[in-house]
Amino acid sequence: MSAVIESPPPTDVAAKFTKTDFVRKNERRELVARFIFAIMALLMILPLALIVGHLFIRALPVLSFDFLFKVPVHGMRAGGVWPALLGTIYLVLISLAAATPVGVLAAVYLNEYARENWFTRVVNLAVVNLAGVPSIVHALFGLGAFVVFAGIGRSILAASLTLAIMTLPVIIASAKEALAAVPRSFREACWNVGATRWQTIRHVVLPNSVSGILTGVILQVSRTAGETAPVMFTGAVFYKAIKEGDIFAYGLFDQCMALSMHLFTVSTQVPDVPDALPYGTAVVLLATVLAVNALAIAFRVYLRSRKKW
Amino acid sequence: MAAKKIEVANLRIAYGAREALKGVTFDVYQNEILAVIGPAQSGKTSLLKALNRTLEGAANARVAGTIKVDGEDTSRVKSVHELRRKIGMVAPLPVGLPLTIYDNVAFAPRMAGLRNKSDLDELVERCLRQSALWDEVRDRLDMLGTKLSGGQQQRLTIARALSHGPEILCLDEFSIAIDPVTTMRIEEALMELRSRITIILVTNLTQQARRLADRTMFLWNGEVIELDRNEVIFSNNPGDRRTYEYVNGIFG
Repeated sequence: MSAVIESPPPTDVAAKFTKTDFVRKNERRELVARFIFAIMALLMILPLALIVGHLFIRALPVLSFDFLFKVPVHGMRAGGVWPALLGTIYLVLISLAAATPVGVLAAVYLNEYARENWFTRVVNLAVVNLAGVPSIVHALFGLGAFVVFAGIGRSILAASLTLAIMTLPVIIASAKEALAAVPRSFREACWNVGATRWQTIRHVVLPNSVSGILTGVILQVSRTAGETAPVMFTGAVFYKAIKEGDIFAYGLFDQCMALSMHLFTVSTQVPDVPDALPYGTAVVLLATVLAVNALAIAFRVYLRSRKKW
Repeated sequence: MAAKKIEVANLRIAYGAREALKGVTFDVYQNEILAVIGPAQSGKTSLLKALNRTLEGAANARVAGTIKVDGEDTSRVKSVHELRRKIGMVAPLPVGLPLTIYDNVAFAPRMAGLRNKSDLDELVERCLRQSALWDEVRDRLDMLGTKLSGGQQQRLTIARALSHGPEILCLDEFSIAIDPVTTMRIEEALMELRSRITIILVTNLTQQARRLADRTMFLWNGEVIELDRNEVIFSNNPGDRRTYEYVNGIFG
């Protein structure tokens, strides 16, 4: 006799897949939450799109190749922004060239060598507080320290150094963060095999934090390019004629024009400026900043793809 | 008895108010394998870190007592880096440096000033062979060390610890993250190395200590409970009752 195999009680397969009320409720909530978050994200993009769109449309009449590479004429009422664009580029490059080495080396000291004591606490406190000082205060400091006290006079150099002082704390903070992101176990492994601190930093820590450090530095470009007050006090001028298309038109001790200040001038100081001109200047400033930021992002993506752990 | 390689006298280590080692004294002889066993928090890792003076980097650590390597007080050596090259360290979790396999092993010799390519090649191969990794990586020495599997990375770490020609090799629970087969291969490699170097083996596996070591030290709560030859430690009546209980898993 064969054993009777009891078949399992019939189950309703469909019932296993129908959603219970609890599941449905959760799904509804999920949808609502998702919708709210998405709206907030959109709200963030909206002003940016509106600003850029508005600027661009208003600036359209003046935007041309000539606008970039001609000097302003008719008392700033026509022509291009070349001296201001070049001035801004000078200011940005020189200020970063001054601030980057100091900032990065200071960050290396603070993160790799210094122990937690009153000195490092004071330095860290100073870094945090300096980052919060308004730019107009930096402007006055630059005027006093570089233009008057150091006797450099109102010049590209004085303005760049003022901007450098302004960006320094942020560069230190971001470089420190990038260095701290390298796992401590890497350092210990190096010390264990008899490598000195500097060898460890040079061969393991820096190569693995350089992407973060550079990102922090490059993001400061937008800040330097946008600041008006510090350059107005220390080296930027209302108008300066330079040779069109000559990228070495400014000397270190010359005064220069700057996009941010030019924008201020044409929109508030000169009567009867055609409407499109300030907008055009703003677009050039914005495009310069966005171009540099895009570069920074591309660079970061490239370096991150080479990250080794 | 062979010559004394390391002499530790009255070593105390404290982290803030917490004492990790409460004055331990022991010697390590030339070319022996000394196993250090004991539960977590008994001060085993601190002991190793004090040995090559990397404990100094820890923010709140204080060290007292003397450690002599080859009769020379480690706190008075001319170069701490030279001292560290004398001692190979293998950490519990493998740390492949973010460099290629080749550069991982060549790192220490390069930092010590070795530049000659053929010397480096030879050294890298020898160290990788000694750590039983050579056959698996010989064709891909330019691959990133961090991309190796856990067991391979641990052997890479051992190769790196051997790369600066240490006279002492310290292994801190090296088998914690690797499989038993790889562990056996490394243990075989260690048995070969013992003819040339002195090995300190910190381990949680009492069986590993029994297999490999000449002598075993039982650390508990920052104190040496017992240090003796394996025949005694793993016998039915070691000097201290607690040793017997710990070794046989009835501690507590």
